[in-house]
Amino acid sequence: MTARMDRKFADVASEGRPVLVTYFMGGDPDFETSVSIMKALPKAGADVIELGMPFSDPMADGPAIQLAGQRSLKAGQTLAKTIEIARRFREEDQRTPIVLMGYYNPIYIYGVDRFLTDALDAGIDGLIVVDLPPEMDDELCIPALEKGINFIRLATPTTDDRRLPKVLENTSGFVYYVSMNGITGSALPDPSLIAGAVERIKTHTKLPVCVGFGVKTAEHARAIGASADGVVVGTAIVNQIASSLTEEGKATDATVPGVEALVRGLSAGVRSARLAAAE
Amino acid sequence: MNEAPKLNSFRAGPDEDGRFGIFGGRFVAETLMPLILDLQAEWDKAKNDPAFKAELDNLGAHYIGRPSPLYFAERLTEELGGAKIYFKREELNHTGSHKINNCIGQILLAKRMGKTRIIAETGAGQHGVASATVAARFGLPCVVYMGATDVERQAPNVFRMKLLGAEVKPVTAGNGTLKDAMNEALRDWVTNVDNTYYLIGTAAGPHPYPEMVRDFQAVIGQEAKAQMLEAEGRLPDLVIAAVGGGSNAIGIFHSFLDDEGVKIVGVEAGGKGLDGDEHCASITAGSPGVLHGNRTYLLQDGDGQIKEGHSISAGLDYPGIGPEHSWLNDVGRVEYVPIMDHEALEAFQMLTRLEGIIPALEPSHALAEVIKRAPTMGKDEIILMNLSGRGDKDIFTVGKILGMGL
Ligand SMILES: Cc1ncc(COP(=O)(O)O)c(C=O)c1O
Repeated sequence: MTARMDRKFADVASEGRPVLVTYFMGGDPDFETSVSIMKALPKAGADVIELGMPFSDPMADGPAIQLAGQRSLKAGQTLAKTIEIARRFREEDQRTPIVLMGYYNPIYIYGVDRFLTDALDAGIDGLIVVDLPPEMDDELCIPALEKGINFIRLATPTTDDRRLPKVLENTSGFVYYVSMNGITGSALPDPSLIAGAVERIKTHTKLPVCVGFGVKTAEHARAIGASADGVVVGTAIVNQIASSLTEEGKATDATVPGVEALVRGLSAGVRSARLAAAE
Repeated sequence: MNEAPKLNSFRAGPDEDGRFGIFGGRFVAETLMPLILDLQAEWDKAKNDPAFKAELDNLGAHYIGRPSPLYFAERLTEELGGAKIYFKREELNHTGSHKINNCIGQILLAKRMGKTRIIAETGAGQHGVASATVAARFGLPCVVYMGATDVERQAPNVFRMKLLGAEVKPVTAGNGTLKDAMNEALRDWVTNVDNTYYLIGTAAGPHPYPEMVRDFQAVIGQEAKAQMLEAEGRLPDLVIAAVGGGSNAIGIFHSFLDDEGVKIVGVEAGGKGLDGDEHCASITAGSPGVLHGNRTYLLQDGDGQIKEGHSISAGLDYPGIGPEHSWLNDVGRVEYVPIMDHEALEAFQMLTRLEGIIPALEPSHALAEVIKRAPTMGKDEIILMNLSGRGDKDIFTVGKILGMGL
């Protein structure tokens, strides 16, 4: 499974551009719409998909993703259904890596072994679990690696050079650099600061480094993508979905096309990123 | 009861990873990891530093008013007709509850670490008031996150915090209670890592908080033990405390954990009954899970989503419990039982009339359990209860329920 992730990063690198990683919340605003959104993402230019697992207490997320999680849970989403979204997607796309992103408790309650078996079976390639730092690797990271699922770690501005090796030790797939100290949906910091941080991480690892938190526009994607191997866009997509819904939070005809249009723009941004770097 | 071997102390935890058996740990975002490691390093230094202890003792004596008295509740004992009932009177502390013990300790740590801004979460507002108080005393700005529901039902404490110069930020996410306030405080901390100290108000959260808060609160049990030996020449037969996150309870329990003859009972909020969702009995009606940095008993559904609890008392309205309590339950050293809203309310009124003490609704839960057990015990037996706070903050809530206009 890890192969799919590595192959994707290699393919995109050979195109001379950064990878576009797109996040959306599984089950927002409902299961079927979510499946349609996911299927639309690669067609609009997404290279890797982060599929959010809703949690009642998303401590690292800003209001946009908090609300997306609430809409999803209200519509009856569960971890089993989120894995099912991935399975439905895999029926027609075998090339786009899928990374599940969320918090540990729903996985813990589902049962780690059962979760890893089901995730692998559904064609999931990696996991990002916000509240499992390296100190907690025995919980999920090591079992996931043994099964062949990537465990993608977040590195942050507080992860100094002393700590970085510990964070990178069991990381695979890619490294997710969180652009600022804060929650999802905050403002993007100065791209030149981010470039420095990416360089610092790259002296410690051969893995690709993707940057997320605060990337909202094609222009951001272009600027960050000039130095990073990939850019992650989440809140902008979640906001786009939210803005398309009815007052009761139901999907409309504009929901999926709205995401497509946004991602197409972001994709154009990353495709011109290295041109920007060369300028 | 299973007799644990003497060498196998119940007071040895946590291990160096912050575990009490399978409970505890450090389940936090990477951004916070370096911060809690710094905090742990500073705490490890401070707890062995005589100067730190001296400062803590000095403020305890002259600012908080320690030791708090041990009081024999003569009329209540007579009325119930069984065991002798003693209260450890934490409600007489400065700011009206045990919460100040922990706040003084942590603000001294914050100072040592050079932090310049304090954040805290609060439910009943007692921890918010205690945090705002020590922040004023040490000249640091303080932001208190409080669920919007709690802001409404604990209005007097909100006003107190504001008078003390703290900024109270109402949290509307979720049900607007303590767990939502804690989420919001964590979001603040992750954003303001450089200057901010997160002053957690109970013996929960990521390591080292459960251990550190316990150690700051353990003074309650240490004093009570000495006072009881002085008053009765022996240890109590039963120690009882209410459990929200578990700080006042672990504070009074800890000194007695290895005393085999002492039975220990923690009282959870049974709300409107354990059948539905309107309670906060994490141990009696919950299951182990991971929230707010630690593994512990939680109220959750089959998908691992955390439920909103309910209690008449805002300070017990938390769907989790400190990890050490989860462990003490599983090893069988402490028994945890629920008390319903209406039982707590009756106990509140009984103590007020019989002893002239208006208790907070939180320890009223412990009191209701005392009222159940005392008559079944012999007159030569002794109960020690932690009277963790005074009830001034609750008179509006109680007045409303009793239909008495204020
Ligand atoms: C007086 C009093 N007792 C008990 C509690 C419950 O907290 P803990 O379980 O941490 O003692 C509170 C919380 O606000 C309180 O105000």
